Amino acid sequence: MKYLIIMQIDPAVLEQLTADQQRQIQEGHGAFIAATKERGEFIAAQALADPSQSKVVRSSGDRPEVTDGPFVESKEFMGGFYLLDVEDEARAVELAQQIPDANIPGLALELRPVMFSDLGEG
Amino acid sequence: MIPAEPFGEGEGRWRELARQALARLLRSYGTAQFDLCEDAVQEALLQAYQQWPARFPDDPLGWLIATARRRYVDRARSDARRRDRETRATLLAPPVAPETAQRDDSLLVLQLCCHPDLPRSGQVALTLRAVAGLTTAQIANVYQIPERTIAQRITRAKRRLGELGRLLPPPEQADESVTAVLDVLYVMFAEAHHTTAGAPPRDADLAAEAIHLARLLRRSVPEATEATGLLALMLLTEARHPARVGPDGRLTSLDEQDRALWDKELIGEGIRLVEQATPGADPGPYLLQACIAALHAEAPDIATTDWVEILALYRLLEIVTGHRNPTITLNRIVAQAMVDGIDVALAGIDALEADHPGLPRLGAVRAHLLEQAGRPDDAATAYRRAIAATVNLAEQRHLRHRLRRLSDAHT
Repeated sequence: MKYLIIMQIDPAVLEQLTADQQRQIQEGHGAFIAATKERGEFIAAQALADPSQSKVVRSSGDRPEVTDGPFVESKEFMGGFYLLDVEDEARAVELAQQIPDANIPGLALELRPVMFSDLGEG
Repeated sequence: MIPAEPFGEGEGRWRELARQALARLLRSYGTAQFDLCEDAVQEALLQAYQQWPARFPDDPLGWLIATARRRYVDRARSDARRRDRETRATLLAPPVAPETAQRDDSLLVLQLCCHPDLPRSGQVALTLRAVAGLTTAQIANVYQIPERTIAQRITRAKRRLGELGRLLPPPEQADESVTAVLDVLYVMFAEAHHTTAGAPPRDADLAAEAIHLARLLRRSVPEATEATGLLALMLLTEARHPARVGPDGRLTSLDEQDRALWDKELIGEGIRLVEQATPGADPGPYLLQACIAALHAEAPDIATTDWVEILALYRLLEIVTGHRNPTITLNRIVAQAMVDGIDVALAGIDALEADHPGLPRLGAVRAHLLEQAGRPDDAATAYRRAIAATVNLAEQRHLRHRLRRLSDAHT
């Protein structure tokens, strides 16, 4: 069963991290990727650029309109995601708890089951 | 026998030869050498592809086994160069089991691939690869998972089998129990219908592979009524498949299905298997489910279906499975609605949800019951909740359709 683990980040929280914490996070993600790959649970991971880089396309009624900035006014944004294939929801939760962000107050992880996939192969 | 031009016959015969050669090598050299045996068979197959068109052997399986054995010994020797003498002695030890006459060792390989100590995803991937003969790319395509991920699962599963190798009984004393194999094949078949419903067609048909493997299992243990029951259950379920998904990719429930679309040949075979296995049997869960599927298959429509018998079978199934499977209870409640009325069924649903919140399909069943009970507002609420709860696209389309139909009828 595929799960998308969305990393909810708060740029203000990330700014306050010490160099040591930043290194730990980086290493933690590296170790997490290696471990899930080794177990055959890893599908993909992406980290997104800062929300200030966002463009939003939405209908103004008769045609799509393009605006700068994130979709909603919020402190927390989707910073990236992991796509995993696991036995069940319990395993997805267990893995999410191993992601370094889970141990930093102000950051959070959101898990959603995937309904349809096409990885563009075959 | 393979004709002189084996390539014209498709993959089927190749896969069978490969499986039998792998089984023979595993029996000879021990299941701890799974990886090495599989590589040796792959190399022998490659050689066969190259040489057979020019000169086709009289005994293709014998040729393949002999060639794979040579490859195995070559590999074991070159591996052993980097290992100590003890390892070399183990790898090249004389066959652990005496060679018996032509026997089908498929069961041994099936049992290995479905070993209870492997994770479910590893069992499924390894079975599809080593027994069904699918390529890693085909398995990846079926599940829409990267090839690397599938390869990693197979590697891990084989490594685990290697670790277990010393603990496993020697192949000649192998346990004849097939429970783990039955469960893996059933999961594979259920996943086929779950993952492919409403999705674009993929190049390997997982349901067909599961049926093929169930046939293989039944050939290996013809006396096991559960193996017969599983095959019958698969055939009877597959027979309804053409009517199960509409042209718009939406699931149709049993009462909406056009029974003319059911595959009569598969139904005939499934019913024959049930009739063959039932007399005198102490029925297990798969045979009981096959009996239920057979009753549905024989009925011309919902109204003339033998719901009393179906309800009795579901009650028996609950007892046989120790009341541990809530999905069986849910299905029993559906049958109960037809026998004891909707109110009894709705009360059953409430009790079941209290024990198993979030049980798949429970919300959909409740919505259907409320609709039949003539409570459109409650039904609409239940449909909305069921739509949010499902992770299956085709089922979601089906529920949205029922919700739209309901609101159209009452506005």
